[in-house]
Amino acid sequence: MAIMVSALGVLYAELFNQEVRGFLPFLCVGLLVWSLISSFLTEGGTLFTGSESYIKQVSLPYSVYVYRSACSKLIIFAHNLVIYFGVLLYFQIWPGSVALLAVPGLALILFNGAVASLYIGMISARFRDVPQLINSAVQIAFFLTPIFWKPELLRGLTFVTAFNPFYHLLEIVRGPMLGSVPSSTSYFAVLAISAINLMVAGFIFVRYRSRISYWL
Amino acid sequence: MTETINPSRTHVELTLQNVSVSFPIYHGGSRSLKKSLLFRGTGGQLANDANHRIVVEALRNVSLNIRPGDRVALIGHNGAGKTTLLRVMAGVYEPFAGTVVSRGRISPMFDVGLGIDGDVSGYDNIRLRGLILGMTPGEIEERIPDIVDFTELGDYLDIPVRTYSAGMMARLTFAVATCFSPEILLMDEWLLAGDASFREKGKKRISSFVEQASILVMASHSNETCRQWCNKAVWMERGEIRLQGDVNSVIAAYESETAGVPRVEPA
Repeated sequence: MAIMVSALGVLYAELFNQEVRGFLPFLCVGLLVWSLISSFLTEGGTLFTGSESYIKQVSLPYSVYVYRSACSKLIIFAHNLVIYFGVLLYFQIWPGSVALLAVPGLALILFNGAVASLYIGMISARFRDVPQLINSAVQIAFFLTPIFWKPELLRGLTFVTAFNPFYHLLEIVRGPMLGSVPSSTSYFAVLAISAINLMVAGFIFVRYRSRISYWL
Repeated sequence: MTETINPSRTHVELTLQNVSVSFPIYHGGSRSLKKSLLFRGTGGQLANDANHRIVVEALRNVSLNIRPGDRVALIGHNGAGKTTLLRVMAGVYEPFAGTVVSRGRISPMFDVGLGIDGDVSGYDNIRLRGLILGMTPGEIEERIPDIVDFTELGDYLDIPVRTYSAGMMARLTFAVATCFSPEILLMDEWLLAGDASFREKGKKRISSFVEQASILVMASHSNETCRQWCNKAVWMERGEIRLQGDVNSVIAAYESETAGVPRVEPA
């Protein structure tokens, strides 16, 4: 990951005619947060199918599996975070106390990720081609989300970011980590996403919870 | 399941009322979201094919009332529904129809190796297994000395269990599985205690373990084991209860039928 950040950071800064000093930290944080978000979506598919032996033997609350996956993703994120500090040191950047705002942002991402992986896991247990569909969708979302390119480059096409849930999720963590306060639009968007997410999960879980063990 | 242990154990109960379970068999296209959606749109013959589901009725109208002190043996041929019935009792499958009422902590012992992680030490595996069995971290720590003592593995418990021999692994899983006092104990075949030298010791431990249980439900193909440990028996056939009652009379009826009719045992 560190090699990827430095290689791509230098290359894309050149391609987009930007200063490495400004672009590389942006790319670094973007990739870190994106890998956290996308791992929830891509690995959510195996949330229940991967724990088949447990589910068929003991009746543990299904939330156990969700917590387990969320924990492992948080640990991986913390592990990758070292790169961020390396980049800060190298470029002598100090985001200041604003960086603390990344903590609630991260909590919101974890919440949404856990909730989404719950129903992705359920749907994937029933329909085994869903993980592949999600993988392709995540790939597309990756390019549509400002990670490799700065949102300012969009000029007229601002709807690409405005209606991109991933952009807002990314922004509430990336902004603070780079020393800027995220816009209130992003916070409102994330709250709306969380509410919708929770409703979808609640509906699917209540309706189909008892079917999970039969689908496996 | 979450109720606390009552020393008198008179409250323990397991009742099934008209429980039916059927498994949809998903195959080919019905496993695919894409195909399910596409064929739903076109309708007609294709839709039938894509959504065609075969349903296996694993349990039909099973009613049982198991009270404290009951030692129930589930007998029957392969595919008669014994394991499914145990899983319904364990809460793994929620029945389509009928109700399951259980009071007391249910301890399913289907696969004692469940949750063993080869890369962590024996001690950590004891804790992991304990958590899966529904113990609190405090309870587990209390029992660790007893488990360590019983396994005789000593310092081996500090190294990753993937380096263990099969016999050592069996000792560890056996010791953890039998370290607590169960209320409702569900077993799919009798627990085996590993190598010969260990077997005697294991036998004693398992009998005291089972005796502590308020209710035992065991599926077994060994009529001997059933006679030895159980006082009641339920004969399952094609997902239905064929006969239930006293262990000796039910097994006698079962044996006389299986002996009389030559049949091909599925592998």
